[in-house]
Amino acid sequence: MIKLFSLKNAKKDGESPKTGTQKKASAAQLRIQKDITELNLPKTCGTEFPDPDDLLTFKLIICPDEGFYKGGRFVFSFKVGPNYPHEPPKVKCETQVYHPNIDLEGNVCLNILREDWKPVLTINSIVYGLQYLFLEPNPEDPLNKDAADVLQNNRRMFEQNVIKAMRGGYIGQCYFQRCLK
Amino acid sequence: MDEENLHRKLSSLRKILERSGPFCRPDFEPSPESLKFLMQNCKILVVGAGGLGCECLKNLALMGFRQMEVIDMDVIDLSNLNRQFLFRHKDIGKSKAVTAAKFINDRIPGCNVTPHFCRIQDKEPEFYKQFHIILCGLDSIIARRWINSMLTSLLVYNDDQLDVSSVIPLIDGGTEGFKGNLRVILPGLTPCIECSLDLYPPQITYPLCTIANTPRLPEHCIEYVKVVQWPRENPFDCCIDGDDPQHITWIYEKSNDRALHFGIRGLTYRLVQGVIKNIIPAVASTNAIIASMCCTEVFKVATSCSASLNNYMVFSNTDGIYTFSYEAEKNENCLSCSHSIKEVPLKSLDVKLKEFIDILKYDNAFQLKNPSITAKISGKNKTLYVENIASLEEQTRQNLSKSLFELGISNQTDLIVADSTAPSTFTFKVKVSD
Repeated sequence: MIKLFSLKNAKKDGESPKTGTQKKASAAQLRIQKDITELNLPKTCGTEFPDPDDLLTFKLIICPDEGFYKGGRFVFSFKVGPNYPHEPPKVKCETQVYHPNIDLEGNVCLNILREDWKPVLTINSIVYGLQYLFLEPNPEDPLNKDAADVLQNNRRMFEQNVIKAMRGGYIGQCYFQRCLK
Repeated sequence: MDEENLHRKLSSLRKILERSGPFCRPDFEPSPESLKFLMQNCKILVVGAGGLGCECLKNLALMGFRQMEVIDMDVIDLSNLNRQFLFRHKDIGKSKAVTAAKFINDRIPGCNVTPHFCRIQDKEPEFYKQFHIILCGLDSIIARRWINSMLTSLLVYNDDQLDVSSVIPLIDGGTEGFKGNLRVILPGLTPCIECSLDLYPPQITYPLCTIANTPRLPEHCIEYVKVVQWPRENPFDCCIDGDDPQHITWIYEKSNDRALHFGIRGLTYRLVQGVIKNIIPAVASTNAIIASMCCTEVFKVATSCSASLNNYMVFSNTDGIYTFSYEAEKNENCLSCSHSIKEVPLKSLDVKLKEFIDILKYDNAFQLKNPSITAKISGKNKTLYVENIASLEEQTRQNLSKSLFELGISNQTDLIVADSTAPSTFTFKVKVSD
């Protein structure tokens, strides 16, 4: 057992020790700086910081160089909250995309963004997770059910739909804005 | 309370504090001084005036502590009254801290509880510094982490040696239904909240694709409305407020439609409230048990009359009664409590940031690889330089040719440095020789 200081000697009558009264950076802040310093972006990814002094808000841009989405440019917004890394960052896709695991509001179905998040994971893990979604869209757990059905039943048509959407155009009732690089 | 009563109470405290015993700590000296200290000088902050807070304030006051302050940002709700016994029906809508303090002060003569009706974040380090012991009865991990980080930032080191007089012990209690836990934290000496952050259970979340396409539980329907429909339709032009009945009603109606559509039963208004506000049924007896142990620990720390809990206790009364205590380990790379302030001697503050970084890289004492540097300058976060992220590098490059003085850095400034060679961040301070 650590020898406890004697409180009685430590502080008498409000006499307090000389501390720096500076507020320290929050643990979330320290952790995100660590994450960003160690970010190892694949060559298909880039970042944008609207305010370089705010490391908690940034964008990730993915330009896949293979797969269905080759040639596209997709922007994701990251918001890291004060409870990071206990809670995952909030990630949304800002580019409208025809994708089984991303809905038209930009919600992303990636397990580590919700139910499988753990504090040992980092921003890097999410980057790789998102990149993987573009290489291997998963029709088993769809968020955009129409896209998932097409991918499952007619791969060729899915491929054409993706190209059409990335060029800008309608898929069924829904208009997609051009997002080619 | 009359003289006789007070005397009786004191006599039982005296038996503990003025006599030696087999469980006393070696540095414990039986004397009337301990009781005097406890009653006159010992300043305690109780964080949270809810289920645990009410119990703790009552226990501490009856134990003889008189200099107490309580901080809580919440107001009293009808649903609190079954267990937060310092509040009455007429108090609904009033501040918890103010009401609890008034109740204790009125009931226990000589007791002096000062309330603070605000967020913990609204108080400055000076406020927290004045206390001997801080007792937390919180329901939020963010708040715990905040207090923890405040207390570690108050630690003083002289030549790498912790000045123990700057340590403010933190007693942290928590309950969830029939389960509870308690820990005694001596910031800088024993493991802190951040050391074992991953021990906290994650919030219950459901896979987005499940709630979107194959909901099976009423909770799935509620989550869907919360995560997808609310942002889409934004019915009240604001974020969800779990305390606003209009919001809950809207969510209830939408999720009920969804539940009907998928043939899911069991969706109720109360369940919606529970899921949205993340309500865990609170059990009065669990609170009472955890609070009693918290206060015993406060008493032990304040008087040294017995060894403190070392350092983590879990409690469950779901099946019978079970407790287990163990010694959690300190994380040497903890972002909050591992001491790593390093001093960089400099000739003057005219040194350019580039030269400063080169010292961090090439000086034998540091040998960092690609340090990124941030600092809080006049209260604002500032990113000074990040080497490995192209966009940030470009945005911060112009700082390299500025001097530390121009950047607003003094020898008081904490320079936060992250580097791929280290598992946690460092704090650097410049030391200018005059």
